[in-house]
This record gives sequence, structure tokens and C-alpha cells, in this order.
Amino acid sequence: MDFSLNDDDLALRDAVQRFCEGEYPAPERGNAETPAQAAQRHIALAELGLLGLQIPAELGGSALGPQAAMLAAEQLGRALANGNWLSNAVLVAPLLAEAGSPAQCSEWLRALAAGRLQVALACGEPEARYDLADVRTRARPSADGGWTLSGRKALVLGGDGADLLLVVARTAGDRRDRSGLSLFAIDAGSPGLTRCPVTLLDGRRAAQLDLQGVALAADRLVGPLDAALPLVERAVERANAALCAESAGALEALLAMTCEHLKTRRQFGAPLAKFQALQHRVADMAIALEQLKSMACVAAMALEASDASERHRLASAAKTLTAQLGRQCGLWAIQLHGAMGMTDECRVGHYAKRLIANGQLFGDAAFHLAAFEAARCSNAG
Amino acid sequence: MKLAFSAADEAFRQEVRAFVRDQLPADIRRKVELGLRLEQADYVTWFNQLEARGWLTPGWPPEQGGPGWTHLQRFIFDEECLLGGAPRIIASGIQMLGPVLIAFGTPEQKARYLPDIRASRTWWAQGFSEPGSGSDLASLRTTAVLEPDGKHFVVNGHKVWTSYAQWCSMMFALVRTDPSAAKPQEGISFLLIDMKSPGLTVRPIRMLEGGTDLNECFLDNVRVPVENLVGELNQGWTYGKYLLGHERTGIAGIGSCKQQLARARQLAGQQGLGDDALLQARLAQFEIELIALEATALRLLARGQRSRVPQVEASMLKVRGTELRQAIYETLLDIAGPDALPFSAEAQFLEFLDAADDAPVAPELASVAANCLDARKLSIYGGSNEVQRNLIAQAVLASH
Repeated sequence: MDFSLNDDDLALRDAVQRFCEGEYPAPERGNAETPAQAAQRHIALAELGLLGLQIPAELGGSALGPQAAMLAAEQLGRALANGNWLSNAVLVAPLLAEAGSPAQCSEWLRALAAGRLQVALACGEPEARYDLADVRTRARPSADGGWTLSGRKALVLGGDGADLLLVVARTAGDRRDRSGLSLFAIDAGSPGLTRCPVTLLDGRRAAQLDLQGVALAADRLVGPLDAALPLVERAVERANAALCAESAGALEALLAMTCEHLKTRRQFGAPLAKFQALQHRVADMAIALEQLKSMACVAAMALEASDASERHRLASAAKTLTAQLGRQCGLWAIQLHGAMGMTDECRVGHYAKRLIANGQLFGDAAFHLAAFEAARCSNAG
Repeated sequence: MKLAFSAADEAFRQEVRAFVRDQLPADIRRKVELGLRLEQADYVTWFNQLEARGWLTPGWPPEQGGPGWTHLQRFIFDEECLLGGAPRIIASGIQMLGPVLIAFGTPEQKARYLPDIRASRTWWAQGFSEPGSGSDLASLRTTAVLEPDGKHFVVNGHKVWTSYAQWCSMMFALVRTDPSAAKPQEGISFLLIDMKSPGLTVRPIRMLEGGTDLNECFLDNVRVPVENLVGELNQGWTYGKYLLGHERTGIAGIGSCKQQLARARQLAGQQGLGDDALLQARLAQFEIELIALEATALRLLARGQRSRVPQVEASMLKVRGTELRQAIYETLLDIAGPDALPFSAEAQFLEFLDAADDAPVAPELASVAANCLDARKLSIYGGSNEVQRNLIAQAVLASH
């Protein structure tokens, strides 16, 4: 076990921190962003090399591993950054690099790393909750050797602004079968595709997709036919690991803010920080923060574990606790700020929203507790 | 950053595991696994095994007989010993006094006391708490007055919660030598006291779960030779703090948590609760919190140096580790259900259990309630968890 960071790690962390300070000034964190801001921030992400963090070097990336993603995510979480990095650099880029043909990778990953192309992964469906195998969107072979897709996709992170959508669709089997799923790349402007933008609880942008007979050429299949689920699961595991790190970063900022408030605000003739009931809450938040940081490391390191059920077990352990502690601390912080903590002007509520949203994305605590237990039993058996 | 232990650390783990498996007598292991009472001879047997292997005093420097392990090896050692069903190391001589003597003792004190600690010939009682001084230790009132000839201190006072005093031949105590000092922490000295001294009496305290390992010690004009003063006069608080801050690698009790969680799973099966979804969810939650605790301990350990973990980090591990362990013990109580109710102090001795044909519950259940009650001490001793939260909050608030 080794939790130490080398010089490259530290340099990356500092660079992301500077980016965040520039793009997300502290008093504005959590505010809705304008389209112009979103565009500018995306270009800045690309210029810093953050979009290509996990893209091979020959395609314009820096080919770094999960721990680089963790360090970046932690800083972005501190700043309540938008979801573009998560959707492009974490959900999509390594998935495309793993599953895409050389031609697809060359065309799309290069453009993604450079910030010219935004890509989103559409893996969830309206009635599937968190079950990635529960896919009713169908892709049927068409006469010209291509595919025709019909169905609905929910909560596509970054889906509203994406130029290209990676859509999971059923090419064989029934609704919850683990096999028979395939991945398709759809241009945002394709006929038959309707996008409905959605703003999430924490201000991140997403979309619902409605596909009605969207026609695709044969070369728009990404990765193996009928066997996309393990690839998608890995992509979601990477996203969850990043969310754990984001929450750790967000909680660190929230705790700092809360301490400052307790030291400044006076009631009954003394700063709130002098009251033991409040001190003990701070202590519990500080303990939770250390646990979240540890779990962010566990989640990142688990991505490299060779055994699949061990990987699932650790990833779900990390996400369970991240969801539970993140939400708990977010709500505590509101209480510690009193009514001010409930206003939109105070940053505290924005952090609480991010912590809650991170917990509910890609599997909440109950989902991952059950997944943890299933993986534990399969390890033991 | 790496998730896995290195090959060398993994080999070390196997070495410790094999040692515990091969050298720990079966009856001692059984007592530990069933949560039963241990005799002094059980501890001495195991400590002598460890000492023969050079592993009894991991926190001591190599020149004093320590094995020179890294913090990670120490962590692995603690965990494997507990998982293997070994008795825990009684802290007072080996983990508390030893490091203080090594750091602050005279050459004569080291030569006289350290070998006997390692050989388990001398057991040391910790004379810190007093009836009026628990978490607020610095308010202690036991006095030591130097006689006019300068050769003896005369000690008067009342120490309490002294673990295993009935087995101890010596005590290290904090005593007030300067009642007029400006702050309560000043004017305290660190004395070594022979338990057989005239005027020193020990009275056992019977606890909720039936145990009598805690004692009161009354000191009535007890004369202590001046060469039994450790370090400088009136500097005892510094040594006491050093002692409490030493050897915190085990503070989270991760091995104990794992051991009790395994016990819970085993008992759940035995009690027909193997498929109880609510119970299984609770156990899964504990297991997740244990993963977080272990990762946090390793992270914070890596941040500190060797076996010394900074105060705030140690406090966090103490709070989290003890509260998790208590929650697991409560779950054990729930798993036992009605079988937690038949209760007798005798049923916590292996000899009694093995002899009784008509015991009301299986041996695995006999001590569950006693263990759960005994575990309440975890959040009280070593600085109550409320004091730990005060310390954490002060440090966190000061750093922002």
C-alpha cells in the first residue's frame, strides 16, 4: 500500500487547482453557467490537457491512469466545476480508447482531447434506475448493412451540448439480459434524434434522448457486437471513482467554509466555534472527510485491480460511503450555517447539492450496498 | 500510489500468520475467539512466545530489542495477531512505560526495568486516573513530598481504574510534586512505585460484565526512593503525554473489528440469520466502514513517521475505530437475541463452559452480552471520545 504522490502528481494537482481558481472564482461556485462560460471553460480544460488525461499519447493525450483522474476530480469538486470533464474525459475517453476501432479513435479521441468534439455516454434509461443491463432501446440491422435505433435514454451527462453521443442499445436478447448490448455513435444532428436538455440538482447539464428510427451506417458500431456491457460498466466505475474524489474535494471546501463561519458568527456573546455541540459536528465532518479521501484512493486504485469482482466490491464500497457521508455532511453544513445556509446566495447549499447529486449519480448508497454484498459473496464463494 | 501490499509486506504477513497459527496454544486462541476471560498465565505464555521471536516490543528501538519494523509491518503484525486469535498486548509496560524509560530514563532505570518488561517478569500498573481526575487528568491530586534528607518521596493519594493491578508488582504514576505551580500541568512528576510498598493497598472493582481486572489503589504515606523519579522533577506531564502519544498504530483496532465481524457472520449462520436481509445489510455496511477505516489508518500512518501518528489523526482513528467496534458488538447482541440473556460471570471462563453439560446457551454465545458491555470502555478510556472530538475540532478550526 502506498498513498504517496510523486512530483508529476503534485504538478498536475496544482495545475488543476490554478485552472479552477481562474475559471471558478470562489464566490461564484455553483452558479448557473452561461453558454459562453461553458465554451470557454471547455477550451481551457483542453489547453490544460485535462480532457486527454486518459487518452493515448499518439492521439494527443497524456495516457495517465486513474490516480491522475482522481487528483483532477478532487480539485474540480472543490470548485463545483461543471460536468464536462466527467462526461468527456472520464466516461467517454477511456471507453472509446478501449472499444473503438483505430479509425474511430483517431477521428474522435484526437478531437475530444483538443476540445473540438464533445462526446457523451448514454447508458441509462427512464425506468432502469441504476441497472445498466436494463436496456430497452433497440438497434435493428437495416437493409444497407447499417442500424436503426429506437428508444429513450435518460440522464445523459453532458448530453445537451455533446456533438456525438455513444448510445447503448440492445442488439439481442431481452430487457435485462447482460448480453446482447452494443454501443453506437450517433451525431447530435441525426434525423430521428430529439434531445431534451435537463439541468440537474447541482447545476450540471444533462439530456434525455428520444430516438425514433435513427439510421446509422455500419461503421457507427463501437466495440464488439452484443458484448458492450462490461465496457460500459467499467466506464461507469471510472465515473464513480471520479465522483468519490469530487465529493472529497467538495467536502474539503465545505468544511473550510463551515469552520470560517463558526469562527466569525457570534451568538450569545461568543463565536459559534466555542460551542461544544457545534465543535463535535465539525469533528465528525473532519473524520468523514478523511474517510472520503481514503475511499477516493480506494476507488481509484480499485480500477486497476485485475479481479473483476474485487474491483466491483471496492468500487461499490467507495461509492456507498461517498453517497452516505457526502450527503450527511452537506446537510450538517447547512444546519451549522443556520438559515443563511438555506439561501441560494450562500455557497453552502450549492456544495450540499453537489454532494447529494454525486451520491445519486450512477448508483446511490442502497444500490451500491447491495452490489457490494453481491460482489463480496461472489468473492467468498 | 498502489492498492496492494508489496511482495515483501505480503511475505511478512504470511510469516506472522504462520507464527501465530503454529505458536499460539489452542486453548488461548479459543478463549480469545469466544470472548472469554484470560488468566495472567495465558498472557505470559503468549508474550514469551513473542519475545523469543523478537516481536514483543515492536515500538522499541532496535538497540533496545525492537525488531525495527516499518509502520506498515507494525500494522500488519497487529492485525494478524488479532485475526489469529492472539491475546492483545497489555499496553502498560510494553507500550507505555517502555518507550518513556527508553526516552527519558536513566541508564540504571533502563538496565533495571526494561529486561523484566521484555521477559514479562514485571507487570506494570498505570497510576494515572483518580476519582476526581478522569478525562481531566491534569487535575490529579495525589501528592509526592520529598523528605528533608532528599532520599525519598512520600506519596499520598488515590488512583483508580488501574488495569490488572492484581498482577502488577510495579506502578508508574503521575503525582503532584509542586502544588503551587502556575498551571495544573506543571508541578506533576513521573514516579515508579513498588506495589509491595507499605501503605499501598489494592481493591478490585467489580464491573458490569462481571470482570474484576480494574482496581483502586490507595497510597497512604508510601515512601518511594528518589532514584525512582523518571526524568526531571515537575516535568511528568510531558512524559505522560509522550506515553499516551506513543504506539498509536493499533489505535483504530482494525484487527479487532475484523475479528468481531467474522464472529458476527459465523454466529448469524449459527442463529439461523444467514439469510436475514436486514442483518446482512448491516454487516455489509460495517464491512464497508472497515475498508474506509483501514484505508484511512494506512493513509494517515503513511503521513506520520513510523509508529508515531500525530494527535489529531490518532484521535480520528480512535473515534472511528472504537465506535465501529461498539456498533459491531451491539449487532452481536442482536444476533444472539434471547440467547444473550442467560448471564453468569462464571460462564466467561473456558474451564466452566467446558465442564458444564447443562449450560443454557452455546459457548459461542455465553460472553456476547458481557463483551458488548465491556466494549463501552473503548469510548471512555484513553481520552473519552468526547475529549477526542474536542481535540479534533480545535485542530480543524485552528487550521482554517
